[in-house]
Amino acid sequence: MDYATFLQIFDTTLRLATPLLFACLAGLYSERAGVFDIGLEGKMLMAAMASGAVAALSGSVWIGLMAGIVGSLAFALVHGIASITFRGNQLISGVALNFVASGITVLIAQDLFGQGGRTPPLEGGARMLEITLPLAETLRPVPVIGPLYADVISGHPILVYVGLLLVPATWWLLYRTRFGLRLRAVGENPASVDTAGVSVKRLRFSAVLIAGVLCGLAGAYMATGLQAGFGREMTAGRGYIALAALIFAKWRPWHALWACLLFGFFQSLALRPDVMQAVGIKIPGPALDALPYILTVVVLAGLVGKAVPPRAGGEPYVKER
Amino acid sequence: MMGAHDTGRQASAAPFAIELKGISKAFGPVQANKDISIQVAKGSIHGIIGENGAGKSTLMSILYGFYKADAGEILINGRPTTIPDSQSAIRAGIGMVFQHFKLVQNFTVLENIILGAEDGPMLATSLGKARKVLADLAREYELDVDPDALVEDLSVGHQQRVEILKALYRQAEILILDEPTGVLTPAEADHLFRILRGLKDQGKTIILITHKLREIMEITDTVSVMRRGQMTATVKTAETNPEQLAELMVGRKVLLHVEKQPANPGRTVLEVENLRVVDEQGVERLKGISLSIRAGEILGIAGVAGNGQSELLEVLGGLTRGTGVVRMNGKTLDLTGRHSDGQSRRADGIAHVPEDRQVLGLIMDFTAWENVAFGYHHAPEYQKNGLLMDNEAIRRDTEAKMATFDVRPPIPTLAAKNFSGGNQQKIVVAREIERNPDLLLVGQPTRGVDIGAIEFIHKQIVALRDAGKAVLLISVELDEIMSLSDRIAVMFDGRIMGERDPATTNERELGLLMAGVSEGAA
Repeated sequence: MDYATFLQIFDTTLRLATPLLFACLAGLYSERAGVFDIGLEGKMLMAAMASGAVAALSGSVWIGLMAGIVGSLAFALVHGIASITFRGNQLISGVALNFVASGITVLIAQDLFGQGGRTPPLEGGARMLEITLPLAETLRPVPVIGPLYADVISGHPILVYVGLLLVPATWWLLYRTRFGLRLRAVGENPASVDTAGVSVKRLRFSAVLIAGVLCGLAGAYMATGLQAGFGREMTAGRGYIALAALIFAKWRPWHALWACLLFGFFQSLALRPDVMQAVGIKIPGPALDALPYILTVVVLAGLVGKAVPPRAGGEPYVKER
Repeated sequence: MMGAHDTGRQASAAPFAIELKGISKAFGPVQANKDISIQVAKGSIHGIIGENGAGKSTLMSILYGFYKADAGEILINGRPTTIPDSQSAIRAGIGMVFQHFKLVQNFTVLENIILGAEDGPMLATSLGKARKVLADLAREYELDVDPDALVEDLSVGHQQRVEILKALYRQAEILILDEPTGVLTPAEADHLFRILRGLKDQGKTIILITHKLREIMEITDTVSVMRRGQMTATVKTAETNPEQLAELMVGRKVLLHVEKQPANPGRTVLEVENLRVVDEQGVERLKGISLSIRAGEILGIAGVAGNGQSELLEVLGGLTRGTGVVRMNGKTLDLTGRHSDGQSRRADGIAHVPEDRQVLGLIMDFTAWENVAFGYHHAPEYQKNGLLMDNEAIRRDTEAKMATFDVRPPIPTLAAKNFSGGNQQKIVVAREIERNPDLLLVGQPTRGVDIGAIEFIHKQIVALRDAGKAVLLISVELDEIMSLSDRIAVMFDGRIMGERDPATTNERELGLLMAGVSEGAA
């Protein structure tokens, strides 16, 4: 296997890891604030449909992106109202939203376009263009590093870079700001925040809405960047893989990046059976697809250190004396 | 108009730090606070005492903005104040130290202190400032805590200091402490009282909520007694005594001291040698316990919670596995195999009143008669036709037990959760004692139980002893251990530190053992 193949695989890894990373960070905000979010999948799907449809109708990827965020936010708002305002069961709310998303996206797409629940293929300004980073062509001749920069690092839709920048930004927000301190506290012991005179509901709502925006970016990227249009069930379980990555990362931003890159790497390998055969490994593609889940079980079983979720996770907050 | 009126009142004689006028609060049909008025002088320590459910916590929750009073007025420093939420309480200078700490376990002390009182959107400045303030407070009030330690690594006493520091950092002038000594060793409690006196000397006002008469007598200047949602009396501590306070709390005369004859121990009932228990995390919780109890005596085990007492009860009661030798009436008990369960223990004559009645003693959603049958559901008198349970017989039996133990209300079909703490405990104690066991294991028999019921439960335990049975009593209440036990063993870190005769020992000596100081070092 040559260097060019390596680069191709890493290039694909980065593309495939991006929606995982957005969703994983979305889950991180929500769960760090104590609201379990199994509905990442549904929000991504909703955003993918909304952005694909609006981009197709308007011809503008940016208007599509906005629509994706709005669609995802609407679902996040429902999750927030159900689990924060009405103290409902967070898992049930999330599962319900996933089911609703699975049905309603196809319904709307079919109603709008009549193409079997998909949007028409996006073209031109309706797609997210790949941007070339500065000096990509100048550096290309440099051995090893040149092609790595020009082919792997450079040449992705802007959301790929936004995703990567969100990792240090999230870390900084969580550990260096007042908002982050309160967010982490409300996921560990909401009573400590409440007795300090800070609103538990407002904090949890902001976290859930941030998760909504991030899932919106994930879905929009899938429909307008990774692929050219929305298709039925196009998220294909990525929301759950992102949850697995979140547990694998033990709810920490930098670890979330590594976990998503790792899982993205598995996905890109699964797309290249030729490479697998070339290095003499006979693993069927579906087995690779299953690897993230297997790794998550390994982590949950405590084989790779202990994964302790935020202590108040999943628990609606009820004020007590 | 209002402003002028206010300043006028402030200028005249020193206003009270807190004055409540006619506070009432109802939860549905339950009147938790009824027309309560109270005046707390600035710079004093004011005790509030009352049985469980007397309405103390509700009143303090109203002061801290958790509940809104249905009627009444709150004056802080003479100024009428509304407290719709905790933020307003903090602004009014009120700090609250809850019974269950409101700390984030995996945050550092500093992070916990600034949470909600940050100086700006960035943490760095707040943390730096808090570090300085903390050092000053530590010097001034003996409130030393490592600012960078994680709260989960701190002892309970230190965690409580963090709570006090949180309040002081928010510049609280009025500090409310809810049952602050429940989880402390006597030495830690003494330290807390020194801190409170120091705060009082600096002009802070302190409200101490407790059910321990001794603490009220020791530290407060004034004491208010609550009973059934009403304030029954406010008296100067110097002018009252524990007996009078107890009577005010319960509404009738109460025997504070258990009346019992000297023990008349017979043959050895329980022998324990080198008993060890390792928990699920692989930590050794019992590190070689040896003890024996004879018929007709009560062995009390004192110690701060979490030093292996729970594990000792659990392994003897058949809830946990262990190693070592346990002989009951000369028969060696199975500690690991098929016969190490609670049912086998009962067959061997051991009854168990567990520490946490709501988790291990009762199923809260089940009725009283169902709860009375638990563990004894195979008893022949509860069976009929050789196949079915005779529910009617169990209900009749429950009614009889409720009458004997004065359980109120005496309704066998009522769910366990609908009884008060004291009556729940009476149901558990009735179930276990009425089976006439050779050995009674009893953990925290009066935790969360009102004074009247405490007196009753204590009498029952002593009666069982006088009937020639052995009793193993575990309690974190030193008073209870000292007044009930015929011998006292003190546990620390999974070991028995020593044994004492309650007639000749004192709290100081036991307190040192509880803190792990053995005789050599003391």
